Amino acid sequence: MAASCLSSRSDQVKSALDTAVKSRGLEHKCKVKGVGCMGLCAAGPLVETRGQTRTMYQGVTPEDAPAIVASLDAQPVERLVLPLDMPFFAGQRKIVLENSGEIDPERIEDYIAAGGYESLVTALAGMTPQQVIEEVRKSGLRGRGGAGYPTGLKWSTVQKASSEDGKYVICNADEGDPGAFMDRSVLESDPHRVLEGMAIAAYAVGASKGYIYVRAEYPLAVKRLKEAIRQAEKIGLLGIDICETTFSFRVEIRLGAGAFVCGEETALIASIEGNRGTPRPRPPYPAQQGLGGKPTLINNVETYANIAPIIRNGGEWFAGIGTEKSKGTKVFALAGRVRNTGLIEVPMGITLREIVFNLGGGIPDDRKFKAVQTGGPSGGCVPERYLDMPVDYESLASVGSIMGSGGMIVVDDSSCMVDVAKFFMDFCRSESCGKCVPCRVGTVHVHELLTKISRGEGTSADLDLLERLCDMMKSSSLCGLGQSAPNPVVSTLRYFRHEYEQHIHQKRCDAGVCDIHQPEQVLAGVER
Amino acid sequence: MKKQVQIKTLQIEGQDVSATGEQTILQVALENNIQIPRLCYVEGLSAVGACRLCMVEVKGGNRLLPACVTRVAEGMEVTVFSERLNAYRKLVLEMMFSERNHICSVCVVNGHCELQTLAMKHGVTHITVPYLHPRVAVDASHERFTLDHNRCVLCARCVRVCAEIEGAHTWDFKGRGIETRVISDMNEAWGDSETCTSCGKCVHVCPTGALFEKGKSVAEMSKRKQYLPYLTMMRDEAKA
Repeated sequence: MAASCLSSRSDQVKSALDTAVKSRGLEHKCKVKGVGCMGLCAAGPLVETRGQTRTMYQGVTPEDAPAIVASLDAQPVERLVLPLDMPFFAGQRKIVLENSGEIDPERIEDYIAAGGYESLVTALAGMTPQQVIEEVRKSGLRGRGGAGYPTGLKWSTVQKASSEDGKYVICNADEGDPGAFMDRSVLESDPHRVLEGMAIAAYAVGASKGYIYVRAEYPLAVKRLKEAIRQAEKIGLLGIDICETTFSFRVEIRLGAGAFVCGEETALIASIEGNRGTPRPRPPYPAQQGLGGKPTLINNVETYANIAPIIRNGGEWFAGIGTEKSKGTKVFALAGRVRNTGLIEVPMGITLREIVFNLGGGIPDDRKFKAVQTGGPSGGCVPERYLDMPVDYESLASVGSIMGSGGMIVVDDSSCMVDVAKFFMDFCRSESCGKCVPCRVGTVHVHELLTKISRGEGTSADLDLLERLCDMMKSSSLCGLGQSAPNPVVSTLRYFRHEYEQHIHQKRCDAGVCDIHQPEQVLAGVER
Repeated sequence: MKKQVQIKTLQIEGQDVSATGEQTILQVALENNIQIPRLCYVEGLSAVGACRLCMVEVKGGNRLLPACVTRVAEGMEVTVFSERLNAYRKLVLEMMFSERNHICSVCVVNGHCELQTLAMKHGVTHITVPYLHPRVAVDASHERFTLDHNRCVLCARCVRVCAEIEGAHTWDFKGRGIETRVISDMNEAWGDSETCTSCGKCVHVCPTGALFEKGKSVAEMSKRKQYLPYLTMMRDEAKA
């Protein structure tokens, strides 16, 4: 019952199931529950029946409801059955998404019944802020927004920053990478988890006010967050004197107005302050001078979503998952040319091959795998030769991509890498805030050059200029947007240079994506 | 108790210099007569780090740092001029020239232009990227001044001087990316602005011919830089 499935009429499926249950007089025996995202977009909407046995149905329409209800005491509806042991589900390890697809996101009771807010109470009742931070530090959790800064270190910096009149805790929910929907799904499927993480963070760093900066393009997430805040305040888990302690924490929602750059922390703060959403140079970092000049903790949705389990099970438990430097799990939005598109949560260190070919089910239509694009417009393309590389912050960086926030787009031979690079540069060009010169003008020139090359009008000199511009943008742009905007170009130039050269020298696009003008050849073919 | 001033010693371009911990690399460099190329920075206005010309190398880190906003640290070794930095500066200048329509030969500030001077110093003899040739407007609605977007480099000096010193905040930006434009009030004609006090500060801090006095022809407009030091004084007074 999250946004993607609602577009496939999952709400109507639910009411049809309700009706079917009523018409069979099963109201007292059978409960129909709307839950958050179950992950497998490719087969949505999914319906799971639980009784003597568990059965999962895929691609359910409202018309299928009577048959599903009728099957409860009988044989499953064969044509809709989705095997529960399929690698897409079996290969996952769920921490952030443990409640997604399990609980009703609109009911705090469901969250509490699943162990929710237990960690907040534990922290408030029996732990000092230092102990909370120590637990987070021990967990080895790193920022899930993309950069991977150690969360415990960030928290302790904010805690140590002195402030006489308050600190702030901000949740960055301005998810903007094309193809990424991890944060939206978490907010829509389990909003209380994020609130709990923020409250624990506020207790740890000594803040009493929090903001969730969420993009206005996520109306359902906003609605569920608002409802969640209202419910939590009503029973005293947010607001003044939480759980009858002296700790108070109020959360407000701020809507982003559609600027990708506002996901950059200093631009986000400027936007909350009511100013033009443009970044400013760091230092000072928000941990020292953030919102209103006060120490501010900014973490991403997924980072906060990891906090409650860490406090519940201990930092060491979390540190036992993943690789040496990248702990825990990571949620990825698996999209593009792969059979099982959807949301997955996998332990750090899993290989890309495992993700694409096992969980993802491989490439449809027997096409040939070409690359995985991670990190969106700030990331890069990882070619086939690195498929067996573990997925962690350092490994991805070493091959010229980034972990990013979790967008993972699979590319097959029906895509042209020049076109892919052009797509992301077009995105950065229109999302550049315009404050610093390298990003404002550089993105335009790089996009123009890529367009020229994709038309078959490029020259070898253009490739040199492209590299020169990318290097300048990377080294001299003001914020992360401009510094990382060249990454898709640089990484495709590194691994797929032959495609660029083919466009330039042979005026050919093997994928058949680019519209190459070949005036001479056309003329030559005309008989005079 | 009086606040203790921390003194730091560092090297800029091989020269030993001392500074208080509050100072930026650029401030210390200027005190010691080391000219770091810059465009958006004006002493007395808040530093925004937007033009990226003052980027310097600091030994021990591969990242380039904008001298205008980077505070000094003990033992820092700052390089202002290197092959790498010069190449970036040259390309950044080319970016500025290519994004609007800078035609020096018909410009009112020809010969007195900071962008032109920087280009000459950096040997920008031609532009290696294609000109974008945008169609942008000229706002001549103000009775004494003109705003020519063709020559604007979006350094935000006018925006800052108007908001921070004059206190009028007539100027701001609209749009984003390459579509960013300086606007007066709520994107109204400058002449219709109700907040503009016609003080002319914006005109004289403008590094190019984007803002100029009416009645001046080609090369006739030179900005009255001599009053710029007063910006710092005015700012300090406002603070006190």
